[in-house]
Amino acid sequence: MSKTNINENIVESLIGTTIEKKKSRIPARLDFLQSATGLFLAVFMIFHMLFVSSILISKDFMLSVTKAFELSFLFEGGSTIPVFIAISVVFAVFIFHAFLALRKFPINYRQFLRLKTHSNLMKHSDTNLWIVQITTGFALFFLGSIHLYTMLTNSGNIGPYASADRVYSDYMWMLYILLLIAVEFHGAIGLYRLSVKWGWFDSGDAKESRRRLKRVKMIMTVVMLLLGAMTLIAYMKIGYEHQANYGERYTLSSNIGDK
Amino acid sequence: MSKTEDASLEKQEQNIGKVEDVVKKSELVLEKEMSIDGSREITITSLKYNPSNPNSKPEFVDYKLRETPGMTLYIALTKIKATLDNDLSSDFVCRAGICGACGMLVNGRPQLACKTLTSDFESGKIELLPLPTFKLIKDLSVDTGTWMKNMSLRVNSWIVSKEKTDISKIEKPVEPKVADEVFELDRCIECGICVASCSTAIMREDFVGAVGLNRVARFQIDPHDTRTDEDFYEIIGDDDGIFGCMSLLACEDHCPKNLSLQSKIAYMRRKMVNV
Repeated sequence: MSKTNINENIVESLIGTTIEKKKSRIPARLDFLQSATGLFLAVFMIFHMLFVSSILISKDFMLSVTKAFELSFLFEGGSTIPVFIAISVVFAVFIFHAFLALRKFPINYRQFLRLKTHSNLMKHSDTNLWIVQITTGFALFFLGSIHLYTMLTNSGNIGPYASADRVYSDYMWMLYILLLIAVEFHGAIGLYRLSVKWGWFDSGDAKESRRRLKRVKMIMTVVMLLLGAMTLIAYMKIGYEHQANYGERYTLSSNIGDK
Repeated sequence: MSKTEDASLEKQEQNIGKVEDVVKKSELVLEKEMSIDGSREITITSLKYNPSNPNSKPEFVDYKLRETPGMTLYIALTKIKATLDNDLSSDFVCRAGICGACGMLVNGRPQLACKTLTSDFESGKIELLPLPTFKLIKDLSVDTGTWMKNMSLRVNSWIVSKEKTDISKIEKPVEPKVADEVFELDRCIECGICVASCSTAIMREDFVGAVGLNRVARFQIDPHDTRTDEDFYEIIGDDDGIFGCMSLLACEDHCPKNLSLQSKIAYMRRKMVNV
């Protein structure tokens, strides 16, 4: 940090404005970035779900999706590096989003008590949805981090058998059930919140637009939870059947007729 | 005791009996009047507490009364104060949803007492609490005035213009559509219900609230006001202003004047983030 920057920070922290006696633009950037990182993660999670649920079609299809991410169309047999880089980027955005979202959390007993009493008394659906969001968000600090670190260190071990073994034999299913619930609620509520926060899809009648957005949010949560549950069951089944051969990798040739 | 004294005593007793009969009859009439169309008994529970009295302890007091047709909470509270507890405090001025003085938590939801019908509560049980986020004066009475005054000063809630006004000339015309938009936002009665509904305001007392953001939007739209978005950023461009809002929209859902707070806050957010 340069001396000028340090001086600017000193002035702003003491006076509340910049040296030019202007309000800092940082709060605006942080608000925007919280929304932008949230949008990135929510869209990523939708595609992530579509990709992992490819197992519901067939093991071969899931493997071909995995290989596509390993850029097998460019390198012979694919490379784990693109997957590692992709997970690193998601992990970084995830941590940054958590850091930004922390600004909104109740941070002491008084705030916590007032918020809890307020939401219990008022029974207002959007306020309650936000309580769900901060609860699932808090859970995701840990659940998401465990999953992302596991995948970062196993970026080459993604595939029909490798993933199923992880889910079943490595006992990750317990974490994935909680992760699935937390992500789907957090993501869908987050996308709804982004829309009303920035006035997206506002057709002129804000109340009606909001009603529609809420319906879409509910459908999204239900569909993603169902798809996620079915996918998890599919990996559990494969993992159960494959436990005796734990560690073996699925190849297209090894399983002809067993799709 | 002489015969004359006996007779006088008897007469007095008869008179007392007559008075008692009259009282009983008028009570019956009152009871009958109050139970028109099979009205029911409702229970209003109110928090009672006087912060300025060191001996006062917060307590919940139940008041049972007969519901009358078209009874609002304003009427019910007036009846309670007139017949059951003249020490109960609550604020009212207009009785018509205009002055914004009678905001309170009604079964947990911030709303105006004068616009709330007791018949809306099927169970007949209504719990009243003072609006949170404002200084409690006593029982259901809170000081929204000081809060609103500070908010007005903070957001410079008036026309700021660099142009000199020449009163000998006709004012510049304003597009009717724009004027309508400004007047629409001017319908705010500063009752404080949006602030008491807001989770940010509940947790962080410096938050400007939807009422403040609505004020800023009102002047941002008004062509008489020459302030730029950069100027407005200086007022609400921080976490106590527009960026503190989490868009939970209880303000919009509870606003007794049905102001489009959701759209206006989103509008101001888009403006401020692009400054």
